[in-house]
Order: sequence, then structure tokens, then C-alpha cells
Amino acid sequence: MTSDALAPRADFPLLAAAPDLVYLDSAATAQKPRQVLDAITHYYTHANANPHRGAYALSGTATQAYHDARARIARFLGVADADTLIFTRGTTEGLNLLATAWGRANVRGGDNIVVTRLEHHANFVPWQQLARATGAEFRIAELDAAGGVDLAMLARLVDARTKVVAFGHVSNALGTINPVAQIVRIARGAGSALVVCDGAQAVPHLRVGVDTLGVDAYGFSGHKMGGPMGIGGLVARRALLEAMPPYQLGGDMIEWVHDQDTTWNVLPHKFEAGTPNVEGAVALAAACDYLDALGMDKVRAHEVALTSLAMRALAGIPGVALHGTARAEERSGVVSFSVADAHPHDVATALDAEGVAVRAGHHCAQPLMRALGVPSTVRASFWVYSGRDDVERLTAAVRSARDRFAIR
Amino acid sequence: MADAALDALYQEIILDHYRRPRNFRPLDGATCTADGKNPNCGDALTVWLKLDGDRVSDVTFQGVGCAISKASASLMTEAIKGKTRAEAVALFEQVRALVTGEAGTPARKDLGQLRALAGVSRFPMRVKCASLAWHAMKSAMDGAAGGGAAPSAGRVTPP
Ligand SMILES: Cc1ncc(COP(=O)(O)O)c(C=O)c1O
Repeated sequence: MTSDALAPRADFPLLAAAPDLVYLDSAATAQKPRQVLDAITHYYTHANANPHRGAYALSGTATQAYHDARARIARFLGVADADTLIFTRGTTEGLNLLATAWGRANVRGGDNIVVTRLEHHANFVPWQQLARATGAEFRIAELDAAGGVDLAMLARLVDARTKVVAFGHVSNALGTINPVAQIVRIARGAGSALVVCDGAQAVPHLRVGVDTLGVDAYGFSGHKMGGPMGIGGLVARRALLEAMPPYQLGGDMIEWVHDQDTTWNVLPHKFEAGTPNVEGAVALAAACDYLDALGMDKVRAHEVALTSLAMRALAGIPGVALHGTARAEERSGVVSFSVADAHPHDVATALDAEGVAVRAGHHCAQPLMRALGVPSTVRASFWVYSGRDDVERLTAAVRSARDRFAIR
Repeated sequence: MADAALDALYQEIILDHYRRPRNFRPLDGATCTADGKNPNCGDALTVWLKLDGDRVSDVTFQGVGCAISKASASLMTEAIKGKTRAEAVALFEQVRALVTGEAGTPARKDLGQLRALAGVSRFPMRVKCASLAWHAMKSAMDGAAGGGAAPSAGRVTPP
């Protein structure tokens, strides 16, 4: 079948090998272009050694590959100082790094931490537990009637004792793109809070210039943007990273280890203990090349068109209710919905039998599900290889699932 | 093939018990109760049992869940009413073997309507749904084994 997808299906070996698969779970993890797989093979075929450690040429090659990858990814993210990009396993580890290393050193009883109702557990639980451990108050900005963060409430929650304001750039459960500039203005309004943004669902879909966002720290995951699993990063202001104690201790992150004391290596190494994921960094850099070749503006336009098409098609099915904002241009490529009388897991099983892979569940956002008043939802999410044909197969499969489970 | 498996999973008996769950209410005079929760999908149900000596004289359930978990719970209430504790637990073992498709356990005739759950074995990710109410039932009974007059309560999250 011909497709109007932005990227050729042939670029993605898994999709090319499964021509009938309608993969609509890219918000969970994206399929990988051949260029990324090739980068992994190339690294292990030509450049593999433990970086920073050997005096021999090959170790230098690995070190250079790792260094170049960091510079390439920083450029993709609009980060001028590449050494402020700390590689982590992904968003989760980046946010835990902050909550643990910065949080334990800076948050006290009587302080408060503010998050939003939209957060993924990765940007919720670390802050909630930091609050519990330190005796700080944990505050949640609720949603407004339109399904976005209630900015007036956020402004009321932030005060002089607010130590952290943590929010998602884009909601994984609903696709909502948050108004970052307004949230930052509110967060900075009252005092000296650390402003933390979870970019896991933004970086794969929008052109993000991290330096221009005005946040103190920004986390992302490589596997959602075509890179491999196990690599991602945390970008943070240099002064913040320099003042912060290290997170994990061991090789590479030290300068001098005395018998009774140790001094830390410079950035970024201070936060990268142990043998790094060079393969992951190199392959993620290849994913950035791939996305830049497509053009992030085109990626965005493609996803808005597809999301808007899917929203119209699904909303046209009696019994289907969409969650989140009604405006496709305020979403990344995510459509979250419920089918009357049918449980999301049953819908997903029925869709799967027709070759349509969607996510059913709470999307790691149980606090949000409680606010929406549903135990879980069905979520279809798009990326560069998705096309109108995928939306058509989705719509047809949802129709027949609705009929199968209808309580007449 | 996929559709045949899907039809076997959601056969008429299952859909009927999903749409019109039997014994779907709290039980006055229950002697023990337990909650079953599956955090992955948000499913949560409560099972109430009235034990007369060693025999289940009545059993009900209530909660939210998918077609598989609700139908399995509904079928369970019909199947274990009147059974002894040991018989109810033995039935759970047979249902477990049935839904996991354990080798060497052909669906036994005496499973009656419960045989409709056999379709689950083709969907390993749904085994938890099919066993949720059964785990809660067993947990309620285990709690009751401790004795005492007040209804005992347990909570299970299937492994
Ligand atoms: C918004 C958001 N934040 C954080 C995460 C966690 O990312 P990871 O599992 O890659 O660490 C995800 C991914 O599931 C996400 O969608």
C-alpha cells in the first residue's frame, strides 16, 4: 500500500519486515531507522574500546566517538554548551538524578514542590518521594476545563518556599503541549524554584531549543526519537551542575581519590560514573542526523495533519470519546480515547488481532487517570513513519471493537 | 487465524457474563472478603464469601474490569457456590491450568461453563485478568482460615 508517511517504511527494518503491522505506540517507544542500527554495528566494528581509559589509539577513537556524539545531540537540542548534556539511561534516570542529588542537598521541611496533574510517573514520583523524605509539601496543579494545566492555580501554588516546579513539555497520556514560556514565567515569579521540564514526549516531535526555554533542567529519552533504548540525557545549567553533588560514584567521575576523600571530575564526567553507553550515544547521534534530514518542522506538520485526521475519524464513531484538548495543533501525535462499554484492554486486544498495535493502560500517569475519572484509556500515537492508511486501519478496527463489546 | 483466536477469547458466554455479570453486588452477612487489583490496567474488584462451616453458601463480587476479568469473576461465583473450600481451591488450580494452557491439562468436562475461559491461553498478557477474581477468592478464604467472627479482609495483586 502506498502511504503518505513522511519517512519511508523501508527505512525501518522492523516495519519493513512486518508490512501489515500498524504500529501506533510510538509514544511508548519509536521504531529505529536502519541508519541507527548501522551506527551501532559500525561502532562495534570499528571503534569499540573503553573510552577515557586507554593510552592506545583505539581507546582514543572510542573517546572521540563519544565526544562527537554528545556534541551532535547537543546541537540537535539547541544546547550550546555540550558539556551540560549529561548522558543517562533516559528521562527517568535524569529526573531521579536531579531529585536525588540536587533535591536532597537543597530541599528542607517547610519548603514545597509543585508538579502538575499531567505528569508521567517519572516526573511525579521522584518529587513526591523527595517531599516525603524532606518534610516538604507536595503540591499538584490541577487541569482546567479545557484539559490543560490550570495556570491560575499553578500561580497560586508557587510561592517563596517553592523549591522545585516540575512539569512536562508534552503529556504522554494526552499529547497536550504545555505552554512552557508561561509556566516558566509563573515558576520564576515567586522565588527561586528550580524549574524542571520533562521533554521525553517533546524532543521526538517538536523542534526544541532547550537553551531558549528558560528552564533549569530538561530530560529526554533517546528511544522515543529513533535512538536505542538505554540512552537519553539531562541538560542543565552549568552553574547548577557544578554546584550539585554527584549522583553515582565510581570510575570516570573522579579526579583524585585520596584515602579519606575524593575530588570530582569536570562536567559532564562528574555525573557519568562507570563505563558509559558509547554505543547508545553514537546511535542516538545517528537518530538526530536522521531527524534533521527529515526536518523537524516537517515532522511537526505531518503529525498535526495525522492527529487531526485521526481525531476527526475517531470522534465520528458513535460511542468513542476523545480525551484531552480538541485542538490538534496543541497536541503532539497522540490521541487518547475511550470506547463506550468496552474496557481499554479489550479494545487493545481486539485491535491487535487486526494488526493494530496501540497502548491500553494508565500510561504511567495514574494521578491523571484519577482526574479524568477513567481507570485507563486507549492511546494511538504517531511518528514519522505513520500515514493516513494507518489511521484508516485504526478507525476500522475501533469500529468493529465497539460493535463486539457493545452492551445492547 | 488471529480473528478465530479473538472469537475464541470473546465467545458468547464470556461477553454475556461481561454484559450481565451474575452475583454482582456486595453480600450481606459475608464472612470474608478480599480485593483484587491489577495496577497495570486499573482493574479492581472485591469478592465476598459466606462460609457455612467449610462450605461456600454464597459468593458475590463487584468492581471495574475488562471483559475477561469480569466474566471470569461472574463465572467463578456461579461455579463455587455450594462447593467446599478445598473444592473451590481445586477449581482455581484447574482454571489456572486452563488459562495458562499448561501442557497435559485438557479442559475437563466438569469445568462446565468455565471452559469458555480456555481462549485466554492464546493471550498470555490476559492471564492476569482471568485469574484476578480467583486470587481474591483464595485470599479471602485464607484470611478466613485465621478464624474470628469479624469478616476478614485481604488484598491481592496477582504476580
Ligand atoms: C512524558 C514522559 N516522561 C518520562 C518518561 C520516561 O521515559 P523513560 O522510560 O525513557 O525513562 C516517558 C516515557 O515513557 C514519558 O512519556
